[in-house]
Amino acid sequence: MAVAARQAAERLDAMSPPAGGAWVSRARSGALERLRTMGLPGRRDEYWRFTDPTSLTVAAPPRAAVFDTADEAPVFGPIDRLKLVFVDGVFDPAASDDPVLAGVEISRLAEAGAQDIHWAQDLYGTLETAGQVPVERPLAALNTAMARDGVLIRVTGKAAKPVSLIYAHKSDSSDAILHHCIKLEPGAELTLLENGPAAARFNKVMEVDVADGARFHHVRAQGRDHERRAATHIFARLGRESLFKSFTLTANGVLTRNEAVIELTGDDAVAHIAGAALGDGAFHHDDTVFVTHGAERCESRQVYKKVLRNGAVGVFQGKILVRPGAQKTDGYQISQSLLLDDDSQFLAKPELEIYADDVKCSHGSTTGAIDETALFYLRSRGVPRIEAQNLMVLSFLAEAIEEIEDEAIADDIRSRLQGWLARRSR
Amino acid sequence: MLEIKNLHVKLEEDGKAILKGVDLTVEAGKVHAIMGPNGSGKSTLSYVLAGRDGYEVTEGGASLDGEELLEMEPEDRAAAGLFLAFQYPVEIPGVGNMTFLRTALNAQRKARGEAEVSAGEFLKLVREKAKSLKIDADMLKRPVNVGFSGGEKKRNEILQMAMLEPRMCILDETDSGLDVDAMKLVAEGVNALRGEGRGFLVITHYQRLLDHIKPDVVHIMADGRIVKTGGPELALEVETNGYADILAEVA
Repeated sequence: MAVAARQAAERLDAMSPPAGGAWVSRARSGALERLRTMGLPGRRDEYWRFTDPTSLTVAAPPRAAVFDTADEAPVFGPIDRLKLVFVDGVFDPAASDDPVLAGVEISRLAEAGAQDIHWAQDLYGTLETAGQVPVERPLAALNTAMARDGVLIRVTGKAAKPVSLIYAHKSDSSDAILHHCIKLEPGAELTLLENGPAAARFNKVMEVDVADGARFHHVRAQGRDHERRAATHIFARLGRESLFKSFTLTANGVLTRNEAVIELTGDDAVAHIAGAALGDGAFHHDDTVFVTHGAERCESRQVYKKVLRNGAVGVFQGKILVRPGAQKTDGYQISQSLLLDDDSQFLAKPELEIYADDVKCSHGSTTGAIDETALFYLRSRGVPRIEAQNLMVLSFLAEAIEEIEDEAIADDIRSRLQGWLARRSR
Repeated sequence: MLEIKNLHVKLEEDGKAILKGVDLTVEAGKVHAIMGPNGSGKSTLSYVLAGRDGYEVTEGGASLDGEELLEMEPEDRAAAGLFLAFQYPVEIPGVGNMTFLRTALNAQRKARGEAEVSAGEFLKLVREKAKSLKIDADMLKRPVNVGFSGGEKKRNEILQMAMLEPRMCILDETDSGLDVDAMKLVAEGVNALRGEGRGFLVITHYQRLLDHIKPDVVHIMADGRIVKTGGPELALEVETNGYADILAEVA
């Protein structure tokens, strides 16, 4: 056994989950058992071929300097929302709003987990466990076993305003693990916002159960800290005629692995997942997506766009699995990169696996440079080269940003992007 | 105003000579037309003046109001007052037409040391100009040229021209792909901008556009040179007899 592998095995043997009430203890020890069986991911794992997981699995995270974003307006600033703040993975009640919102029940894992029964017991670790097949996701099992906190949100009606999770990063050696559960009862609707770098290293799992006719919107802006690392998972299960929409904007970050595992289990459900990433220099961004169609007439869209320069690396592993009987499936997947120089790299592995005969599935993946003709067109109207290039970047990312349904939130994301591009050009 | 002197240009890619000594002067307030058969170098001339990559100037030059054009970046030429209406306007998904127009207008004003136009002023201005070109609010909101018909794209070019108020306008085959009604609209838009000391260089294959935009001077271009210059009657001659007679006569 190689040294790294032996160290990892020893680390798993020595691991013991945080104390808690009956339900959460069961879930944690079950997860740890699963994790010990599968082991931590290594470079040789097929699922980690393009991304080296070492810094995500070692006992202590590499240091990550805190990045000053004082020159920037707060993310989602203009949006009326209920704010819940975590600093380096620790809940900050003073900075947070009262978790009171009509039609929404909000509790913290740290508190609910101390009780012996809680509604989240049927969800916590359940979708994560289901999502371990056919591909293992050890970092998610590690999260279920070790997370001390997170938010548990049960939505029974239409939430009056978005719930906004803010992840501040203040310590250069913080190692944060958060686990959120979101349960939307039939017909309920919620918008969840997330932003911030969170920690030097961040491991986050979010399990989302979208019942029949419910609607879930998720918009996330991952922080600008250059040196932070993150491994995040979204596990979602969709009921009949439900809707799931998720968009992620990422800029900077030395390593980001965002996994999404979405299962359409009820007929006529819709799942859209999109990402826009801006990578510059030491930047490795990996989107790994697995969408399973298990019911009839469902629609799924994966839209991933990456703009890379100065040696930045983008990875996309995306799969659509259509189970037997999932007739009239409409699946779409696009992953594209815009390389602003010759040093950057885009690695893509798009996959379709279809076991039904009456389906419509398409996928595409492209890599290219900026369209010189369009650039000249803009410049010929007086727009300086850099500004014209920034407009082309916005144009390239537009299809992903259009997946955000709320116009005010989409505008905030757009203006943030414009701000980042303008700063970068100086 | 626009002075082109002995301009020689070859393609960077294969070294093929395209312009072989073009001499042309467009005076302020005048409309000059360039006609000529396919491959004579008309479009190349417009691209070289606007600053597109891929061409190498081997001899001669061009200036606008005494400023040497060919050493300037495309955006600086625009700020100096040059405008090229493209034969094939480019589609830019995800960038709204209004955003584009405002960015361009303010970039030019900034380059000239003028104050930027406020959102309110801009809106008023663009609505007024759009109306006369029959460009509706929806077209203004849509991404630049995306899903526009051929006629809409050309009208959009003229709208940009009207908003940017250039000193010197080059129209590269603006009539291509237009039906008669669309051509009239475009011509009206151009005619509305005539005068005020503005120069025009109208590049076209056919005389019909010149029925609507009456030129002061007509040039015939062939094999990279201006081979004949005359009044509006020269365009009619082309229409009746084709280029063959003229080319034979100057050969």
